[in-house]
Amino acid sequence: MASDERTGPADHKIGKTKRGPDLFMVLTWVASVAAVATLLWILESIVTPAWPAIQQTGLSFFTSTAWDANRDRYGALPFLIGTAVSSLIALLFALPLGVFIALFLSENFLPLGIRQVIRFVVELLAAIPSVVYGLWGIAVVIPIVQQFGGYLSDSLGFIPLFSGPATGNSMITASLVLAIMVLPTITAISRTALVAVPPTLREGSYAVGATRWETIFRVLVPTAAPGIVAATILAFGRAMGETMAVAMLIGNSPRLSWSLLSPAGTLAGLLANQFGEAHGLQLSALMYAALALVVLTLFVNMAGEAVLRRAEKATAGIR
Amino acid sequence: MTTATSSIGFAARSLKAVDLNSRVRILRNNFWTFLCVTLSFLTLIPLFSIVFLLLEKGIPLLKPSVFTQLPPAPGLAGGGFGNAIQGTAVMVGLALLFSTPLGVLSAIYLNEYSPKSRLANAVRFVAKLLTGIPSIICGVFAFSVVVLSTGTASALAGGVALAVLTLPTILLTTEQALLGVPKMLREASYGLAATKFQTIFRIVLPEAMPAIMTGIMLAVARAAGETAPVLFTAAFNQYWLKSLMQPAGSLAVLIYNFSTLPYDYQIQMAWTASLVLVALVTMTNIAAQLAFSQRRR
Repeated sequence: MASDERTGPADHKIGKTKRGPDLFMVLTWVASVAAVATLLWILESIVTPAWPAIQQTGLSFFTSTAWDANRDRYGALPFLIGTAVSSLIALLFALPLGVFIALFLSENFLPLGIRQVIRFVVELLAAIPSVVYGLWGIAVVIPIVQQFGGYLSDSLGFIPLFSGPATGNSMITASLVLAIMVLPTITAISRTALVAVPPTLREGSYAVGATRWETIFRVLVPTAAPGIVAATILAFGRAMGETMAVAMLIGNSPRLSWSLLSPAGTLAGLLANQFGEAHGLQLSALMYAALALVVLTLFVNMAGEAVLRRAEKATAGIR
Repeated sequence: MTTATSSIGFAARSLKAVDLNSRVRILRNNFWTFLCVTLSFLTLIPLFSIVFLLLEKGIPLLKPSVFTQLPPAPGLAGGGFGNAIQGTAVMVGLALLFSTPLGVLSAIYLNEYSPKSRLANAVRFVAKLLTGIPSIICGVFAFSVVVLSTGTASALAGGVALAVLTLPTILLTTEQALLGVPKMLREASYGLAATKFQTIFRIVLPEAMPAIMTGIMLAVARAAGETAPVLFTAAFNQYWLKSLMQPAGSLAVLIYNFSTLPYDYQIQMAWTASLVLVALVTMTNIAAQLAFSQRRR
């Protein structure tokens, strides 16, 4: 868009000066190729060291539940499940909350000034480093989970989901903090989708006698739904890759458990914990786990971007 | 919340004869409004809690000496985290050294040379994907490429990891910045017989500079706060960094290490380091916003 041939610079062919190849353009071309190559290089740098583990464990890596460095046996199933479950629970909390905040920001319940304060607060939540969330989780969320988890396992312990003991470092602790961390993603993208809904739709709905919330639930949210779905998928991708806060709060246990109150592990947390001292096959198995994580997040993000692009086209078509 | 309950739907308010059905609808409407406003204000709680704890637990140890001294050994008191600040600064600087030229140059190709080419689309696609890659994967990459081949964790490896992390941010924001430069400026430059290169360097880049700086500062803020990429690439260093090939301390890793220790003093120091880190990151973010708003005078 920025340049087309007709408005390009003059060819300096006047006189005897001949125009050589534009060296700067070549330089920018090389930089662009390098940027694309970065992604391939990342994949290559993970696959190569992971190869011994891939050969040795094959697909049983994803079905075996034993992760035991002492016996050189590596199965990532508990971490795969932990990654999926912690991210899903986080979404369970963050999705309704995020959509309500997005509605609050795009409707005019309160004056613009107050809404902007809330928007700023949500943006600030996105700027806080992951490790600080971890520290805060240790100081605040773990004691809360210990207390309430204690009651819960005492009274509802017969349900596997709430069986004790409530250790503090647990699946639910990590999920709660993850929910706060992905809230800004959901809010920002959902708000964009809601604001993009043409005002004529809202006016039409009011004109046939709908209340504000009937309009929101039956007109605005369905119209913005693709954008909200994209927000959810992208937030899921973020939650899966979130490392430090989870590693500090989830307990990093390779044991599978039904209970939300007992420790669990995620792929990213596994990497953060064991990479530093790993050698030989363990290092290779960790690279394999990293490969699984990168493929999963790439897949989820591509899906999210695809839905987002369709969502933008869909609302643009109404206008 | 009187403002919330009084805001009834537009249509419902105009009903004169309010039958039971309408009354239920209005009630339902008000219930959702109340819920929505309440939930929105609930988000203030975690942020207030974090800020309050940062101040309460972080301020007691916040003295000028923490910026100049080395961290205490486990179980001992005193000292600071000067070397961690140094390490963070060195690694973020190193990261920018790699990612800024690469990001800005390919953004120039994307916007100035061939915006619709297949390569340009590939770059945009890859940059989007790189934004979504977990930050720990940047660490795994640098570990595989630098640490495994040099045999030691180092500031260089940490810098490479952060470079991969910051590249997509810088690339995409620079493209937006260049896109924001009005086309007529370029045409005027061509009209004065400037070459493409002259136009880019004397007209387009200066005009886009504030927005590019915004992108770079956002990248700095993100990189300074990241722990996962530097955790096992730069590891940690108890002492001042003297060479790029040494392990390097960083604020983020110091917080992580100290938070898991069973000593009160170390945990307090983790809070102080967190306070400093959050302050730095927030100030950089605000500075980035200011740099951008200056352009919109």
